[in-house]
Amino acid sequence: MNKNTANGIALALLWIAAILTVVVLGTVILYVFVNGIGQLSPEFIFTWPEGVAAEGGIWPTIVSTLYVTALAMIIVTPIAILAAVYLAEYAVQGRLVSTIRFAADSLASVPSIVMGLFGLALFVEAAGIGFSMLSAALALSFLMLPIVMRTTEEAIRSVPKYIRWGSYGLGATKWQVVSRSVLPASMPRIITGIILATGRAVGETAVVIYTMGQAINMPITPFDSGRPMTVHLYLLAMEGINLPAAYGTALLLMIMILAFNLGARYFLRRNRKV
Amino acid sequence: MSYRATPVADDAPEKITVTGLDFFYGDFHALTDITVGIKEKAVTAFIGPSGCGKSTFLRCFNRMNDLIPGTRAEGTITLDGQDIYAAGVDPVDLRRRIGMIFQQPNPFPMSIYDNVAFGPRLQGIKKAELDEIVQTSLERANLWKETKDILGRNGLALSGGQQQRLCIARVLAVEPEVMLMDEPCSAIDPTSVQKIEDLMDELKDRITIIIVTHNMQQAARVSDFTAFFLQELAGEAAVLVEYDRTPNIFTSPKDRRTEDYITGRFG
Repeated sequence: MNKNTANGIALALLWIAAILTVVVLGTVILYVFVNGIGQLSPEFIFTWPEGVAAEGGIWPTIVSTLYVTALAMIIVTPIAILAAVYLAEYAVQGRLVSTIRFAADSLASVPSIVMGLFGLALFVEAAGIGFSMLSAALALSFLMLPIVMRTTEEAIRSVPKYIRWGSYGLGATKWQVVSRSVLPASMPRIITGIILATGRAVGETAVVIYTMGQAINMPITPFDSGRPMTVHLYLLAMEGINLPAAYGTALLLMIMILAFNLGARYFLRRNRKV
Repeated sequence: MSYRATPVADDAPEKITVTGLDFFYGDFHALTDITVGIKEKAVTAFIGPSGCGKSTFLRCFNRMNDLIPGTRAEGTITLDGQDIYAAGVDPVDLRRRIGMIFQQPNPFPMSIYDNVAFGPRLQGIKKAELDEIVQTSLERANLWKETKDILGRNGLALSGGQQQRLCIARVLAVEPEVMLMDEPCSAIDPTSVQKIEDLMDELKDRITIIIVTHNMQQAARVSDFTAFFLQELAGEAAVLVEYDRTPNIFTSPKDRRTEDYITGRFG
């Protein structure tokens, strides 16, 4: 085979593979969009589901999802950042640190349904918190923790040596270097990590189905139970209660996650250009 | 070559005195038996081929090498007669007295104002005094006119040469007694080089400056004293070959190796 032909074939294969990825994504989005767009309206978003067929809106499920996500974010962010600062800046690099890092990576790959089961056993039952926003947020935080911790660690490590040295050179103590130079310089990437982990939490189903409950309820305190959008979607579709409303919920969920991802990109970009 | 107009007096006091300094990176012996006295309120240049340990030596003065694991210094360096490696000396305090400018301009990703206020804030200086410190420091770094209306803009938005002057202003804001400059002009444009060289001339009335440079013309232009370092064989420790008033080094070097270097026979 002539080398130009080989080149052409290789290029075509690469191109097809790349296009395929886009096509798959496009198909999924288009399918949900076509089926769900008819449902979307202010009433759908801002009213309660009614009757056995869950007609009407999905407002309490949206609130439950946002509530639990925000709560999980509040729990995760300080712990993840402190752990990452310790790993990247203070810990003596060696076996212990690589073990912690490996544990974090493994934690990130634990199937979420296992995490849900664990949350049920630990928070809902053993700790006696019951089905609630708090139980769900704690279980979700296990999922988010490694994501935020690892992105933060990478962000901290990518701060150039020159920034650190400049700070030390002005008579900064180690903590001053970390808190006033390194963390501010890595903040855009840290926030991006938090946003991405939050997007993951919004779409999570398995964890919350075990820990938040299923009753449609407007959560006020962290000890209230509720039904998040993903669980609502699952029940509507699996039990054939109201398929159009399921698509509407799915579309709204996708829009929310897309908004999170775009927000993360926008944030990174805005901070990259000076 | 042109030299400085007003020579430093022979009996000018020594700000920093180095005696029998050896420096190690782990097992690697980088510098051996360096003895040199740095005159107060003068500019001293360190010259020599790449990898001869001049930057390493420079970082000994503010103990920046402490940040690199596995390094060790033997011998003594005194600042105003006090051993800076003695037990009980806090490198953090030392670095406040000995500022440092790096090869790559390294403004922090924050506003021009916050860059200059960074050092004073570390020491807990309150907002009321900061405005004045920021202005004075930028003025002394000859950057005030260009930046007085854009103090809130990110320091990284400045040109390379302005960034380097911002870094100088940032160091000046903590009122150091000594300023170490590690090839401060090698990453910026010629016009800015001129500005920084002029600036060094103005600053030396108040502070002691040590500059590492690859550029012999620059060493000749800006310095009162020059030290020539050389690592004769790869893997061997570098030595201080010759140290003298700058015109002597460039016109009548005593050591053959110095002469070979400045006439461009190697390096």
